[in-house]
Amino acid sequence: MTDTMARAAAGPLVAGTAAPDFTLHSTPDQTVSLHDFRGRPVILAFYPADWSPVCGDQMVLYNEILPEFQRHGAELLGISVDGAWCHLAFAQQRRLHFPLLADFEPKGAVARRYGVYRDGDGTTERALFVIDGDGVVRWSYLSPIGVNPGADGILRALETLGTERG
Amino acid sequence: MSPHRDRAVLALPVGERDHMQGPANATVTLVEYGDFECPHCRRAYPIVKEVRERLGPRLRFVFRNFPLTELHLHAEHAAEAAEAAGAQGKFWEMHDRLFERQFALEDDHLIEYAQELGLDAARLERELAAHTYKPKVRDDFMSGVRSGVNGTPTFFINNVRHDQAWDVEALLAALEGVSEGVR
Repeated sequence: MTDTMARAAAGPLVAGTAAPDFTLHSTPDQTVSLHDFRGRPVILAFYPADWSPVCGDQMVLYNEILPEFQRHGAELLGISVDGAWCHLAFAQQRRLHFPLLADFEPKGAVARRYGVYRDGDGTTERALFVIDGDGVVRWSYLSPIGVNPGADGILRALETLGTERG
Repeated sequence: MSPHRDRAVLALPVGERDHMQGPANATVTLVEYGDFECPHCRRAYPIVKEVRERLGPRLRFVFRNFPLTELHLHAEHAAEAAEAAGAQGKFWEMHDRLFERQFALEDDHLIEYAQELGLDAARLERELAAHTYKPKVRDDFMSGVRSGVNGTPTFFINNVRHDQAWDVEALLAALEGVSEGVR
């Protein structure tokens, strides 16, 4: 009960908040920082775990929609508490063409700063953030943990930013 | 948190561009976004068939392409082959054949199926090579993305995403619930 209330009290960072910077491993020997992408929109997609059992899982879906995100000049970053080696295997098996970041050590530290860590479960929430080129959160969405939120909300948020090319 | 609608609804209404089975004035319309190489869609294929038989003229069924092309390497060509068959008046025959022969979706197989179905296979082969129906498949796909399709298969019942189970009984119950509400 206390756990649930603590969770509700935190909640995802809302539009207008400065997005906390971070540096996380994208592969065992490479890191990615949020500030690397200054000047263009970033989509942060927190998801509970690699290796979801369904075909059309969230990361696979976003992988297919990548050209649409790129049309808005946006960079997509997936984040979970899985380690870099796990991400590597998952990304290879699903042929993902965008970075998966390991919020692994200290576990869930970035998710906590974005208000989307699930204490009881030890995973992140299923939550989406669209951050503009100045590093400000412009849209966020917390999905029920078992429901893949799809991509429509992200595309609408990107359209609002008006960074579409040609 | 930013506002977000609770229920995903079909962004592109069913219309002339769609492949349909069942009467246009049916009380319920079931739309499936599917991928010919997806095992879950393969599992849904006989289920939809049975539901159509049980509901008869009360149901109209629409299939739209949602190929996950990075995961399923044959899905794009299979979708384009179904559209090419559709251009020759046999979309549903090809749709059925592709699900029944999901384990054999190489280009040679697609052309062989066109021959078996009595289509102009040379034309289908040319259209596959030229990606004639790629824009149609992409339009289907993007209409799904904008409607909140989040995997395959995703069903919509009278324009609202069906988030529940889709075994025969569950799907029938949902369709009949809507059908009775309409009357």
